[in-house]
Amino acid sequence: MLERIWHILVKEFLQIRRDRWARFRLLVPPLLQVLVFGYAATFEVFGVATAVLDLDHSQESRALVAAFAHNPHFGIVRMAASQREAEAAIDDSSAAVAIVVHAGFAAALRKGQPAPLQVLVDGTNSNSALIALGYVGAIVDTYSQAYQNDLLGRINPKLARTLVQIRLDERPWYNTSLNSRWFFVPGVIATITLIMVVNLTAFAVVREREMGTLEQLMVTPIRPFELIVGKTIPFFCIGLALMTAVTLTGTLWFRVPFRGNPLVLLLGTSLYLLSTLSLGLTISTLCKTQQQAFATNFFLVNPLFILSGFSFPIASMPAFLQWLTYANPVRYFIVIIRAVFLKGVGVAVLAPQLLALAAIGAVLMGVATLRFRKSLD
Amino acid sequence: MNANEITVAATGLTKRFGPLTAVDGLDLAVRRGEIFGLVGPDGAGKTTALRMFAAVMAPDAGRVSVGGVDVVAEPERVRERISYMPQRFGLYEDLTVDENIRFYAELFAVPRRLREQRAARLLAASSMERFRKRLAGQLSGGMKQKLGLACALVHAPSIVLLDEPTTGVDPLSRREFWQILYGLRAEGVTLLISTAYLDEAERCDRLALLHGGRMLYCDTPAALRARMPGALAEFATPAPRQLRDALQGRAGVLGVLLVGNGVHVHLDQAGRLAELERQLRDSGVPCDGARLVPPSIEDLFVALLGGAGTQP
Repeated sequence: MLERIWHILVKEFLQIRRDRWARFRLLVPPLLQVLVFGYAATFEVFGVATAVLDLDHSQESRALVAAFAHNPHFGIVRMAASQREAEAAIDDSSAAVAIVVHAGFAAALRKGQPAPLQVLVDGTNSNSALIALGYVGAIVDTYSQAYQNDLLGRINPKLARTLVQIRLDERPWYNTSLNSRWFFVPGVIATITLIMVVNLTAFAVVREREMGTLEQLMVTPIRPFELIVGKTIPFFCIGLALMTAVTLTGTLWFRVPFRGNPLVLLLGTSLYLLSTLSLGLTISTLCKTQQQAFATNFFLVNPLFILSGFSFPIASMPAFLQWLTYANPVRYFIVIIRAVFLKGVGVAVLAPQLLALAAIGAVLMGVATLRFRKSLD
Repeated sequence: MNANEITVAATGLTKRFGPLTAVDGLDLAVRRGEIFGLVGPDGAGKTTALRMFAAVMAPDAGRVSVGGVDVVAEPERVRERISYMPQRFGLYEDLTVDENIRFYAELFAVPRRLREQRAARLLAASSMERFRKRLAGQLSGGMKQKLGLACALVHAPSIVLLDEPTTGVDPLSRREFWQILYGLRAEGVTLLISTAYLDEAERCDRLALLHGGRMLYCDTPAALRARMPGALAEFATPAPRQLRDALQGRAGVLGVLLVGNGVHVHLDQAGRLAELERQLRDSGVPCDGARLVPPSIEDLFVALLGGAGTQP
């Protein structure tokens, strides 16, 4: 039995070694993707193109505009002369935010009345708009707090000194500077591995079916189980190598801290590879041609990605979709890889995720083996 | 060891694909050391029958035994002693000729020395020694089939199942192919071969004529030819189509078949020939003469199937 598995292994590696394009395909796109994601995937918003319309021309309005000008999240691209010009800047996308200080702003402040400030935001990208609005709120809050304190200090210095305030003491653990790259890179490693491993496995088996070699193998003494093991071990090795390469890129190039035990990640990765390999095998039993395999992968990988918690919080999903995520191996591995990278926790904390991955892997492997036998008839 | 020992046997073998019955109650007995041919038009059930013998497909009804082993009960034991070569042998096109042979030999646990010997002999017999380092994907169609045969025979099986092995193979390679098969027969190997080439069917020791999943006749080629009722006349003519049209439907003519250099006419009795020749001369259809000939399997096939085809 072991000998036959070994012969399959030798043949697989011979085929991979012969295929120069395969070597390129195995290494370059994943690394490229890590680099692109590492640089491009970020939720932070910097230098938002901002138009300013100051109709008040007061000391107060100029101070407020200055607060925006000095903030790195905003970049003032235009001083508008009229309301229409400010709106046009949003329309033609030369600005994403327009801040309009109407006449009477300072007068209202001095009288102790609420002073309205108009903010126009391009809401077509709702995510960036929301984040930019958050920054606008923070700047305006700080400004108005300072103005209040200043006013109170002049009118009633004694009262001003005893004014009670809650001071927020922010302590983000694990990622103190809330660097979104630290959040994304481990997730990218998980999703790239998913795509590569599922694809490789599904295609390798479907290709044998297309070439007629699968039927040929079935009239040799090899058992379906031996064939499955022989065909998946190479992709397990490739998966591990891939994981190592992208993990090193994440830690050495992007300086994402690796605080946990590499062995914990190895254990998690092995279980994750087991479930993704089995998924690829299951796909291969459903498909007669490589085109079908391609279409099926395309159909599956996107939902797996979206329902993984990679970028969209699972807690915000409708209950039905939340249930679906429990069957998604990526969901568990993303928790594991982020925790090992950033939190440095061990097996004790990650036991539920590891067990879930093992269970999914075992079930999928069972399905793949049963379907594999059937599909040969 | 009995020369008449049955090595491949089927009784009531049946396989259905939905409403279609591909193999319908097939009874077959192949003796050790003979070349047994399965002959029939496309869709006769040849491939399906072979796949069931090879334990690649499970029958819906009936029993199959190969080398004394029940194929349904112990498919794994059957696989060790047989070799099955489908219409397109599954070669790894990104592996070389040598690597393909080596891979299949290893799966059957053939010792290295024996493998080298057999590979050398098989490749020599099929004039492929020069291509041992060539990728299988870069071989011609005929060479691919010969490599497939080498891969299928490298574990020295005692029973070989070949499904239309010479389809798409050039005449020279076909001759080499048959020489290898005769060599195997001499070693006592049993060969079960399906073919759509009727000239090849003549080379078999015994033949089974399949049609619509059923076996119509089973005998030696000579005995089958003797079964043909009436007589067969060959007409030499420069205008075979015209002659065919002129003869079709005349009294005593059972069938007309175009052959390479004329027309084969199936007559209800030999005595009709002189009368037909006279009729042809009168109608002015060019004819360079006619003579009675022994029927070929092809003639037989057309004569027999002509009747079978009308039955539901």
